[in-house]
Amino acid sequence: MNQYSRWKYFLILLTIGLSLIYVTPNFYGESYAIQIMPLKSGDKIESSVLKIVESKLNLENLNNTGLIYEPSSIKVKLESAEDQLKAKTVIEDSLGNQYVVALNLISNSPNWLTNIGALPMYLGLDLRGGVHFLMQVDLTTALEKTTGGYLRDIRTELRKDRVAYYDAKKNNDVIQIKFKTEQDLKDGKNIIRDINPDFDFKEMKINNEQLLKIIISEKTKKSITEFAIKQNLETLNNRVNELGVAEPIIQQQGLDRIVVQLPGVQDTAKAKEILGRTALLEMRMVDDEKSNPQNIEEAINGKPPFGTELFYDRFENPILVKKEVILTGERITNAGPSVDSQTGQSVVSITLDGAGSNIFKEVTRENVGKKIALLLIEKNLTEVITAPVIKSEIGGGRVQITGMRNTQEATDIALLLRAGSLAAPMEIIEERTVGPSMGKENITKGIQSTIWGFVAIVILMIIYYMLFGVISVIGLSVNLLFLVALLSAIQATLTLPGLAAIALTLGMAIDANVLINERIRDEIRNGNTPQASIHMGYEKAWGTILDSNITTMIAGLALFMFGSGPIKGFAVVHVLGILTSMYSAIFVSRGIVNYLYGNKRKIKKLSIGEIFKVENN
Amino acid sequence: MEFFRVKKDIPFMSYRKISVIISFAIFFFSVLFLFTRGLNLGVDFTGGTIMEVSYPQVANIESIRSTLDEIDIKDSQVQNFGTSKDALIRLPLTDNLSIADLSEKVASALRVKDSSVQIKRVESVGSQVGDELYEDGALAILFVCLGIMVYLWLRFEWRFAVAAIVANLHDVIIILGFFAYFQWEFNLTVLAAVLAVLGYSVNESVVVFDRVRENFRSPKMRRAKVTEVVNNAITRTMSRTIMTHLSTQTVVIAMLIFGGEILHNFALALTIGILFGIYSSIMVGCPMAIWLGTNQNNLAVTQTDQNKDNIDS
Repeated sequence: MNQYSRWKYFLILLTIGLSLIYVTPNFYGESYAIQIMPLKSGDKIESSVLKIVESKLNLENLNNTGLIYEPSSIKVKLESAEDQLKAKTVIEDSLGNQYVVALNLISNSPNWLTNIGALPMYLGLDLRGGVHFLMQVDLTTALEKTTGGYLRDIRTELRKDRVAYYDAKKNNDVIQIKFKTEQDLKDGKNIIRDINPDFDFKEMKINNEQLLKIIISEKTKKSITEFAIKQNLETLNNRVNELGVAEPIIQQQGLDRIVVQLPGVQDTAKAKEILGRTALLEMRMVDDEKSNPQNIEEAINGKPPFGTELFYDRFENPILVKKEVILTGERITNAGPSVDSQTGQSVVSITLDGAGSNIFKEVTRENVGKKIALLLIEKNLTEVITAPVIKSEIGGGRVQITGMRNTQEATDIALLLRAGSLAAPMEIIEERTVGPSMGKENITKGIQSTIWGFVAIVILMIIYYMLFGVISVIGLSVNLLFLVALLSAIQATLTLPGLAAIALTLGMAIDANVLINERIRDEIRNGNTPQASIHMGYEKAWGTILDSNITTMIAGLALFMFGSGPIKGFAVVHVLGILTSMYSAIFVSRGIVNYLYGNKRKIKKLSIGEIFKVENN
Repeated sequence: MEFFRVKKDIPFMSYRKISVIISFAIFFFSVLFLFTRGLNLGVDFTGGTIMEVSYPQVANIESIRSTLDEIDIKDSQVQNFGTSKDALIRLPLTDNLSIADLSEKVASALRVKDSSVQIKRVESVGSQVGDELYEDGALAILFVCLGIMVYLWLRFEWRFAVAAIVANLHDVIIILGFFAYFQWEFNLTVLAAVLAVLGYSVNESVVVFDRVRENFRSPKMRRAKVTEVVNNAITRTMSRTIMTHLSTQTVVIAMLIFGGEILHNFALALTIGILFGIYSSIMVGCPMAIWLGTNQNNLAVTQTDQNKDNIDS
């Protein structure tokens, strides 16, 4: 009656064995390392880089304790934090700005463990230190920006096909154009439909005017916002790469939010600046014709001539610029600081993509002798960086931006342009920063709570239930083993509340064993034989254990569904802990009991502590 | 060793009038404190910023306050946190500074004043996030209550489900009452504790109800009064009750001692939850179930299943 078939013992041993393997990486500790990654995430790194890194480090007498080459990154282990910093400088200098060089900590666990996916538990930011940002993406602005782009395209296309129109303007996400004749409107509509077949149209006739309203369909709006989020994610990825962070997390959350987690980052000010900068480059023509003193005077008073806007350059000179945008920063494929060979001034050299090159070529050809303005829009402030005269047609898509104050500024602007612009502005709506010392303290606190809680339970259980207490404690240890192994295997993020959940799970999991032990005592009290008591004890306790675990599970799932941040970390461990405790407290502990008692024909007494019996029961 | 050497069942249910009065009184005061004092909600729910800063020497709270005054930050609170070297700064949301700029401005001002300062932790929550977390928290509590009720209704019957949830909410209100009276900070971690208590303390009711049902079905107790059946169930599960809660509470005490400031209120909420959880499942849940009319007949339908089970085994 109290015997397990072989496969059950085998299953217990197998799960314990597997858990032991998956737990091991947590005990190897970490070493200081440098991680080298390609600038664009997703690119591969060449193995030749590995040799360069190795020889450079040898040259500087920096001992590495391991070089790991993966197609996506190179990791160099070093002996001390001091070496790590030195190595970073050496590698950065030798590789140039084509790669991201970041400080990291990597596990010392042997390769075979890493290869089978046995990794140490993934520590959350509150345990390893770092910053967490939740960013709100302003999709309305993205929509307006795209509408502006459509308006530009519509104007260009209508002009190209010589369809007469006037008074084309946008109001939020509706574009409105007036035509003189019905025929013009019909032609115009066909042309516009070619730009985006999903436009909805509304025609109106007011006082001899043919009015066409172009409404952006919900479908298009959805794809615009999706694209905006995607582009913001990509831009953030590139910017984070510029920061040099080893294992960043950049993810969409909900409809219009992005989570950025930067482990190990301490300079929050710099991180915020780089992430939050919404610099946008625009090229527009200077309106030379309307730039007379009178117009400028009026523009300063808030009434710029029709179709122009007033901006100031770096020397506070007012400049009248056409509203029409020729190019935006999105067309830039590369940007870098350099020095103009003739003037010795700091400049930013940019490279445009194919479409951008063509537009730029066309515009420069048609406007020789006129001025083109480069505008930098940052935090809603627009500044004319430079407005040079076009001397000749510029092909090939290589453009130099002059007017930089110094090399630092050229570097900064190049970085911003290279890392891309944001499709929609973002705002940090939640920040959680934890310093590195705090992270270590939190780990100690969490682990100490667990250990001392565990020790107390062990003492309590053994005193009260004797051998059955020992069995329960073994079950509980196995539970802890399973839980940690599971957390390591699925790489769930472990946070401080998660550590608290481990401790709490131990405290709660013992309930199952207490129920079983009490039931067995009950059965003995009722005069059953020891064997029958064990059998009935487990049997009867099972239903109660299931009920109580399911109700606890409901709470755990609710925490997981509605909880965010710290609560989610708690919930994951809590839910997993319930599952492992069911397995270990019922299945594993029964296995031990069966192994110890199952084969014995005659047992006089179970070692389950003193049982008080009412005499006349 | 055996904690309970009882010869007769303890007549818990004969004290049920007193316990109901006590419960109503505690409940009344809890609600009163919740309304008069309110919860001291943390930045997770209200929005705002907290910064934990640490100095190599004793933190000069006055100096931190004057630094904040100098950079024109109003309505801030500064206090020691954990040790005398650590200080906690609370800043409300402001209209003219984004949360990202606010913490940076304070950090740089503190560094200018004393370069040895270390920013250990910053938590900034914008108002919209705070509102959402508040709503999500309420939704979570609702979801847990409904989920548990539906489950108990299916497994037992509606009287047990209602009784268990009343006992549970009683605990939650009391935890909130304590937090309101002592003005302990109520943040996301404490909310996690409250929800964990909801799931945990219902276990107590489940275990007792399980015994009640078993007693109803057992031939020995067929003629017993409902209160006798309940008293017997409670007495026979008493040993388990004590052992389980003792174990959980030891872990929670370890958390109170070693867990530091962040886990402190979490552990406090659990402690109150555990202590009142025992009381309420016995002295609130059971009377409630009796009052709702639980008796042998309610469980008559499932009796045949039980007989079948017995034959199978």
